[in-house]
Amino acid sequence: MKKLLKKFSPQNILKGLLLGALLLLPLLIQNGPYAYYIRSLGLIGLYALLALGLNFTLGYAGLFDLGYIAFYAIGAYTAALASIHGWGFLPAAFCAVVLAVAVRFLEGIPILRLRGDYLAIVTMGFGEITRLVLNNLDSLTNGPKGLPRVGENIYPARLLGFTLTTNTHYYYLILILVLLAVVISYRLEHSRLGRAWVAIREDELAAELSGIPVAKMKLLAFVISGGFAAIGGCVFAFWERFVTPESFVFWESVLIVAMIVAGGMGSIGGVLLGALILGGIPQILQVVLVGSRWIDYRYFFFGLILVLTVMFRPQGLLPSQRRKTEMLGE
Amino acid sequence: MFSQQLVNGLVLGSIYSLIALGYTLVYGILMMINFAHSEVFMVGAFLGLGACALFGHVGGGWVSVVGVFVLAMAGGGLLGVLIERLAYRPLRHAMRLIPLISAIGVSIMLSNSVFLWISNQSLPFPQIIAGHPIALGNFELNSLQLLIFTISIVLMIGLSLFIKHSKVGKAMRACADDIATAGLMGINANKIIAITFLIGGALAAAAGVLNGVYYGTIKYNIGFLVGVKAFTAAVLGGIGNIAGAVLGGFVLGIIEVMAAGYLPDGNQWKDVVAFVVLIGVLLLRPSGLLGEKIAEKV
Repeated sequence: MKKLLKKFSPQNILKGLLLGALLLLPLLIQNGPYAYYIRSLGLIGLYALLALGLNFTLGYAGLFDLGYIAFYAIGAYTAALASIHGWGFLPAAFCAVVLAVAVRFLEGIPILRLRGDYLAIVTMGFGEITRLVLNNLDSLTNGPKGLPRVGENIYPARLLGFTLTTNTHYYYLILILVLLAVVISYRLEHSRLGRAWVAIREDELAAELSGIPVAKMKLLAFVISGGFAAIGGCVFAFWERFVTPESFVFWESVLIVAMIVAGGMGSIGGVLLGALILGGIPQILQVVLVGSRWIDYRYFFFGLILVLTVMFRPQGLLPSQRRKTEMLGE
Repeated sequence: MFSQQLVNGLVLGSIYSLIALGYTLVYGILMMINFAHSEVFMVGAFLGLGACALFGHVGGGWVSVVGVFVLAMAGGGLLGVLIERLAYRPLRHAMRLIPLISAIGVSIMLSNSVFLWISNQSLPFPQIIAGHPIALGNFELNSLQLLIFTISIVLMIGLSLFIKHSKVGKAMRACADDIATAGLMGINANKIIAITFLIGGALAAAAGVLNGVYYGTIKYNIGFLVGVKAFTAAVLGGIGNIAGAVLGGFVLGIIEVMAAGYLPDGNQWKDVVAFVVLIGVLLLRPSGLLGEKIAEKV
């Protein structure tokens, strides 16, 4: 009985209602004047996927990565190239993930022994190098003009005999992926691995002395993040059917870091809320301010909201419970 | 060709060095990357533009050049202090990444303020200093380049004298060493931090004006790339180390210009080369060229 009551706690009911709303929303609005928001929500969903991915590196293991968007880019470009050459969605996604994970692994081995800000700078450098290479390697990536070239095509994704063409289709695909990411995050967070990561984040030396293979664990968190980014990039490429280096600038990496920090590092709910707010604010402001003379001010307000958020909630909007208890302990 | 490129590299490097000093001073004391610094550089350039308009009526000559620099540097310094006071100080005891977020917010606000209220286009920067070629043996030096280089060096020497010999400079060094103990010795840490941001902002604004004079145009988004490079320079030299920031700036400037000049399609790849050098240095010598190896605190 108690177990049953716990299952129907207000919190769980709220989560259920939210999920129901997210499932039904596109069906309700897809034929109305607000159909455009399905696309906005899909984009926010992609940010949520990326933020949940980076949360392994930044939130759990405490590694400051400022070049994360590079792996989104690698995923997107791999998928685009695969599709241009006639590959389907699943093989392209597989390829994207394998490549991104491999690159992330090779990047991680030398750099993960660096600490704090140095790691941030090296990952930033790596992210910029990736973008510049995509921009300059005309023979492979068509440079700043992006893929596909004239006469080539990125074909819509086909999954289980179903072709995904509309924004609503991709919305559901992204929603499923985000839910999967939440489940994976939750299971890993409450496993041996998750506890090891948190131990490393809190005190690397103590973790090492407690028998945690620190280098391996860090690399694992780093690589898992890369896989999430690649899947997001792959979906992005098939959805937009067009990729350019412009989508993968440094600010995007920073924005994802900001989502995690503003939401609450290491807290799944916080990260989702951060992605919703930071990913959504520019679009909400766009809607609210459209037609008024304030429309051009939306990025200014976005900056202001960022500053005010950390001023009033420096621990994040929804801080992780585990972290909270640690803070009280000190 | 080589000596010509070397001169170009030194001029570019002197601009990087001036900005890198601001990053390194703040990092030395607060152990924090001041991400909004690149936008102070950008705003400094626009303040210089405004000052040019102001002094254009007074008449040209050296008085107006000095006036432009003084006004821009004062404005940049005040902006730095303001950013610290409003966006960083309230968060000084928060987790390390938190001030980074407010810095990003401030950066977005600054670049969008210029975008909204000044111009969203490239603006021409008046040639307040007329450059003319000076022939030196088999290569040509532009007097403008010489002047930019000289102004930067004068500012750097001034800073190093200030930090070495003045009372405030001594207090800055004490704070960089151990801010808590410095406080116990009767140093007003808040004041010293504000002064650090003042100096960093003023140097960044000077770099903004020099950059405007050198390239002839400025835009609301020039801060980012230059800022990233200058930060790279600071890390390259060993962040927190003043001589290191200067050395890192020159090394990076020279490498960039040489890459642009000698590699095939060099202009496209020069930024890649700059970042590869940064990563290489950090992997092989994580404390930078002149940084001291810091013992792990247990």
